[in-house]
Amino acid sequence: MEASMTIFTLNNLSRRGFLGGLAALAATPALSLTSREAERLVSGLVGDINAAIGSGKSEAAMIGDFTRIFGRYGDVPAIARSALGPTARSLSSSELSSYTQAFQGYIGRKYGKRFREFIGGRIEVNGARQAGRFYEVSTTAFLRGESPFEVTFIVSDRSGQDRFVNMLIEGVNLLATERVEITALLDRNRGNVGGLINDLQRAG
Amino acid sequence: MNRFAILATLAFLTGCAAAPDGAGVNDPLEGLNRGVHGFNKGVDTLALRPVSQVYGTVVPDPVRTGVDNFSDNLGLPGVIVNNTLQGDLESAASNTGRFLVNSTFGLLGILDPATELGAPKRDTDFGETLHVWGVGEGAYVELPVLGPSTTRDTAGFIVDVFLDPLDAVLESPESDYRLGARGAEIANTRYRFGDTVDGILYESADSYAQSRLIYLQNRRFELGIEDPSSSLGPADTDGSLYDDLYFE
Repeated sequence: MEASMTIFTLNNLSRRGFLGGLAALAATPALSLTSREAERLVSGLVGDINAAIGSGKSEAAMIGDFTRIFGRYGDVPAIARSALGPTARSLSSSELSSYTQAFQGYIGRKYGKRFREFIGGRIEVNGARQAGRFYEVSTTAFLRGESPFEVTFIVSDRSGQDRFVNMLIEGVNLLATERVEITALLDRNRGNVGGLINDLQRAG
Repeated sequence: MNRFAILATLAFLTGCAAAPDGAGVNDPLEGLNRGVHGFNKGVDTLALRPVSQVYGTVVPDPVRTGVDNFSDNLGLPGVIVNNTLQGDLESAASNTGRFLVNSTFGLLGILDPATELGAPKRDTDFGETLHVWGVGEGAYVELPVLGPSTTRDTAGFIVDVFLDPLDAVLESPESDYRLGARGAEIANTRYRFGDTVDGILYESADSYAQSRLIYLQNRRFELGIEDPSSSLGPADTDGSLYDDLYFE
């Protein structure tokens, strides 16, 4: 929101005159660098998603694209650990790394194969705001034959780089739905992480 | 049903409200709900899913959209009553204009010129009216055939049936056309969101828990309730979920 207000202000600079514009800028609260970076990250992400949607590739190629996009823009290790919950603490580092890899492939297949529903659609970035220790970047998805709907990306720089750590589609929290899914898969395997990894490699 | 019975039902259903709004999942009837969920999955597998695939394949998209519009338009008077009960007179006025335009220029609601004219549908129901009046969400329930709901929304659904002004006016065969269009609209929704619904019902490890979570989060979003259980959202100010995400 703040960022779009700033853009609005800049667009109006010439119309309002330079001094008036300066006054408007001074009145606008200083935008933190990270909020701007969060928006930039999601703009890049959305640009790559839009390019993948528009490429007209096969489903398999789309899944590959989405898996790469997820790895490039998402904090995959953190999302994977959070989806597993406290169990993650008891994993050895090699178990954790094969679980994380299986999780990334599962997410790539699960959402990548849905990409054909998005053909002819696009996502637009509306703006970013700080929310607690995170940044929320608001976007609108326009899909063919559907009313536009809200998709919010949650961005964090805790990994050392700006990465998205969650996504909310019309209020539905994707990390929360994956927690339910991973918990159910782990229960099905009676808490055995090797079984969970096997299931994940086939799921999605 | 007489007025007393409706009030008694309402009082019972909303009386189940235990957890504060937006606080995770309140599901004391989980055992029963899971039984109903199994039944609903059977209904989907045997009836709704195959019917929706035939309907979506055989009937062209513009015709299905026209039927959806027709059904939506006949639902508007009930929506306007709820807009008014919520004190949202702006939406009531917008929806009234929409109903008048689409019922006439939109050929009995088959077309939707009102959206182009700046009056898109502002949907609501008596469940939302109860929320506006301060009634809590209550317990999660999965209703036979109708699917995920809460005790508050179930009470709202029952009241909406009696609150609908068109229901009192329409007689057979017009009321049958309406019922048919509503059925077709449900089939079309199942068709349009086919892969999403299939993913939740048939591909997830616990389809009951998935549909419960998705329903509650989306419904709270519709009602404008901030969900403190929604991790990594705006409500996560104490950082506990952050630590969960990045535990050291």
